[in-house]
Amino acid sequence: MAIASEQSKGIGQAVHRKEDRKLLTGKGRYVDDLKLPGMQHMAIVRSTHAHADITAIETSQAKAMPGVTAVLTGEDLEFAAGVPCASNPTGEMVHPVRPPLAKGRVRHAGEPVAVVLASDRYAAADAAAMIEISYSPLPAVVTPEEALADGAPRVHEELDSNVALVLAHSTDNVDDAFAKADVVVKQTIRNQRLIHVPIETRGVVADWNTASDELTVHSSTQVPHFLRTFLAIVCGVSEAKVRAIAPDVGGGFGSKLNAYAEEFVAAAASRKIGAPVKWIEERSEAMLATCHGRAQDAHMELAATTDGKVLAMRAHYVQDYGSYLQMLTPLISQLTLLMSPGAYAIPEVDVTVTNVYTNTVPTDALRGAGRPEATHAIERIMDILALELGMSRTEVRRRNFPQEFPFTTAIGLMYDSGDYEGTLAKLLELSDSKADFERRRQEAAARGKRLGRGLSTYVEVCGFVPSDVARSALGLTPGGWESSTVRMHPTGKVTVITGTSPHGQGHATSWSQIVETELGIPFDDVEVIHGDTAFAPYGLGTYGSRSLAVGGTAVHLAATKVREKARLVAAQMLEAAADDLEFSGGTFSVKGSPDKSVTMQEVAFRAWQAFEMPEGVTPGLDETVFFDPPNCVFPFGAHGCEVEVDEETGKVEITSYIAVDDCGNVVNPMIVDGQVHGGVAHGIGQALYEGAVYDANGQLLTGSLVEYVIPSAVEIPSIQTHRTVTPSPTNPLGVKGIGEAGTIASTPAVVGAVCHALGVRDLDMPLQPETVWRAMEKGGTA
Amino acid sequence: MIPQAFEYEQPSSVADAIAMLGKHGGEARVLAGGHSLLPMMKLRLAAPDALIDIGRIASLRGITDTPDAITIGALTTHAEVAGAEVIASGCPILAETAAGIGDLQVRNRGTIGGSIANADPHGDLPAVLLALDGEATAEGPNGRRTIAAADLFVDYLQTSLSPDEILTEVRVPKASNSAYVKFNRRAQDWAIVGAAAVVHGSSARIALTGVGSKPVRAAAVEAAFDGSNTAEAAGHAADGLDAPSDTAASGEYRAHLARVLVRRALEAAMAR
Repeated sequence: MAIASEQSKGIGQAVHRKEDRKLLTGKGRYVDDLKLPGMQHMAIVRSTHAHADITAIETSQAKAMPGVTAVLTGEDLEFAAGVPCASNPTGEMVHPVRPPLAKGRVRHAGEPVAVVLASDRYAAADAAAMIEISYSPLPAVVTPEEALADGAPRVHEELDSNVALVLAHSTDNVDDAFAKADVVVKQTIRNQRLIHVPIETRGVVADWNTASDELTVHSSTQVPHFLRTFLAIVCGVSEAKVRAIAPDVGGGFGSKLNAYAEEFVAAAASRKIGAPVKWIEERSEAMLATCHGRAQDAHMELAATTDGKVLAMRAHYVQDYGSYLQMLTPLISQLTLLMSPGAYAIPEVDVTVTNVYTNTVPTDALRGAGRPEATHAIERIMDILALELGMSRTEVRRRNFPQEFPFTTAIGLMYDSGDYEGTLAKLLELSDSKADFERRRQEAAARGKRLGRGLSTYVEVCGFVPSDVARSALGLTPGGWESSTVRMHPTGKVTVITGTSPHGQGHATSWSQIVETELGIPFDDVEVIHGDTAFAPYGLGTYGSRSLAVGGTAVHLAATKVREKARLVAAQMLEAAADDLEFSGGTFSVKGSPDKSVTMQEVAFRAWQAFEMPEGVTPGLDETVFFDPPNCVFPFGAHGCEVEVDEETGKVEITSYIAVDDCGNVVNPMIVDGQVHGGVAHGIGQALYEGAVYDANGQLLTGSLVEYVIPSAVEIPSIQTHRTVTPSPTNPLGVKGIGEAGTIASTPAVVGAVCHALGVRDLDMPLQPETVWRAMEKGGTA
Repeated sequence: MIPQAFEYEQPSSVADAIAMLGKHGGEARVLAGGHSLLPMMKLRLAAPDALIDIGRIASLRGITDTPDAITIGALTTHAEVAGAEVIASGCPILAETAAGIGDLQVRNRGTIGGSIANADPHGDLPAVLLALDGEATAEGPNGRRTIAAADLFVDYLQTSLSPDEILTEVRVPKASNSAYVKFNRRAQDWAIVGAAAVVHGSSARIALTGVGSKPVRAAAVEAAFDGSNTAEAAGHAADGLDAPSDTAASGEYRAHLARVLVRRALEAAMAR
């Protein structure tokens, strides 16, 4: 990969990220760096029970502790609404009301029950330890199986059962296809419960000015505008008086695509005490009480012919919602349903999703959000079909790829562009031959290691989302457009204001590259503002690998508008017709007379002076565009890996990993490679290491980073990243998304490799050494 | 992650430190590298009234070589132990163990004395000290005494040091045929199980990490070992063990690992 030359830092160049100097030298500004006059620190007392009635809260000792300003419970704070959910796929689901601080009953261990406001964190923590809460325990349902059992205790008494929602989609001839199939394979494939573990935990500083009734909330969030809207609704204040700011944010992975109880409590507490309130989540709270992800079982069934053509799929998913609906909880399994056929042209499908309440932490988006679940299930069952047919795993995939694009699936999604055969062919070209592998496999066996290879050929849906699709297919409250302002200053510098809200993705860099390409303004002369609702037009934020395809397109379109307006001004300056001007390298020149030219910077100065403007052209170069995409985008690719399993201990080592991704046109290859690296590492985490575990009483056993194991740099192999380029027809940049693709692709590739090494059909993740050892003890063959 | 309030004392000599421990009547803790104690305080699993920070007592640092043994000051860091030529050649098990503790930051701050005095049954050094038949020196108001490893580790996070004593140095016999093999999921994690083997001709001393509330000798292996039957002897590694189960591993798997790792440790020790 070539590092960008001095000349160009535009689209396609591997430019170093302009954010990094600040972040890497400790000059970033995160929520916890904020100190406001009179600020009080909030500590939260959380439920120690998975399901219980609160019978008494004794706060007098805590109130008497030094430094304590207030102790507040659910009875002390008024809210106009409960914690919001912005997804209702069928439009008919009942949203149980959840007060931000529990009132009367708690439904998961870790639910906030009371808060202390004190002059420093230590005083707040000491006082919180003195609050005594009396509970009357209720029977808890911890797993979907328990929750669905006859006579199970209900998580929400006002509902008839623990089934929150059933989703279904079916074509007409599924049963016929199964009846005439040569082969039917079945398997239950599980996606375990995961915790996001961003480096920065949640944090909020809420400052409610009780004189002006203005509320400013600094939050470690992916969605400042959503947060503003929901703060207004839940706290009962005019949205015009609320300002939400996402400063530097240290990762989210979907956990910060939310509006949390704690954010509303901090705002209400600030109003109550008349002082700013800071809450910085402890790591143990982050494990216990930030939303979790995945927690979905898939009961898969494929009907196929002997030559490997899949005729039909039945998929029944059971999704654990946890105890409440967070902002997008219902969306996640809906996305699984939409992507259930994966990268294959399966003519007949029968898909249902049973979504279940349990007395656990709510689940919501986690890197990939429903698509890793779908991909893991279909990729694993395709491997199993290959095993059943005695066909190679690549061949069975190849025989089911769609051949023409756009391709409309049996679910009804239109995959915009693709060349699935192309990425698979490139993966195979980069991989060892079968003969080489078999030779190495023999050698490894002699030293007590079992080798295996796995692959996945994935497609995912991202670039969320056309607003009509947001309503019709996803049942979302908001649409899916994005906004951007491109503003030229008199001195020729540019400010971009984006509605996206990066928390590690490098938008300041990529957006500057787009501006350099469109306007010829040097990369280093472009500044990008994000994450502050006081400055930015409404933006829907950063999640679902949407930012480039939707937000980047908005930047491109706004820059294009600036250029076209500048063309009119330049035409006047050059005393030529606008149509007679060429634009290249930031300069307008008259066709055929290259010495007659003006730079974009000169045009900007002229437009700011506005002494003399063309007829009907307003002063300034400052354009805002709202872009609503016509379709989602569908990145795809083929990932392959090789593993070495220790025969005696079951420990898995990934010895090689090759990623071939196609995310359309690439703005910054270095950022794309970085996203693939991070995504693959995250997917390896799910495959081999991570898993949130509750005991039978609903107590989280994996409450720290000792028990909840995430891989470190030592465990992640060197990842070879490769690409093919199939531009998206959905947006003028021809781009797709890449933030989640690595996560989506890698998990089934790794599990497939371990299953291959052991000669077993499937294994439940995470593939801890003991899990693998037990599988070998049960007779997995070499 | 917010500890309770505590006093902080910074003695300049061992005698000062002992006096300060006495002043707090058993409610103070000695702070060395802090990589076990401070996280426990942040989780409020430990809440001492005072920390006695011995980090500036120079006499507690350093490595002394004698013909039969090596003496290591309690404040010597894992990185220093791992990098010392005299240890690498005279007692390779200790060097390799120190080199594999935690991550680089832990090895640069964590100390041999702190790790042993903390007596975490998932920590590596207690089992290694036990296998080596090493000893610790403690100083208290009644003077100095030497405690054999076998008498030092009492229970989970408990040693036979009294609350007003400070572990000042560790002494290990030289043992060139020695090795420690640990098994964990991630490089920086505590051992799920670890096996320390010290071989002298046809006899061996074996100790295990992570299979009980303190490091344990694998007595049945030692009894069976004849100087060459590593696989057969290692098969007894779990005899009489009641290894704990948790989210990392079941007791049954720990017992299996004990057999595998003891064999590997014996083989590695004999190959040196």
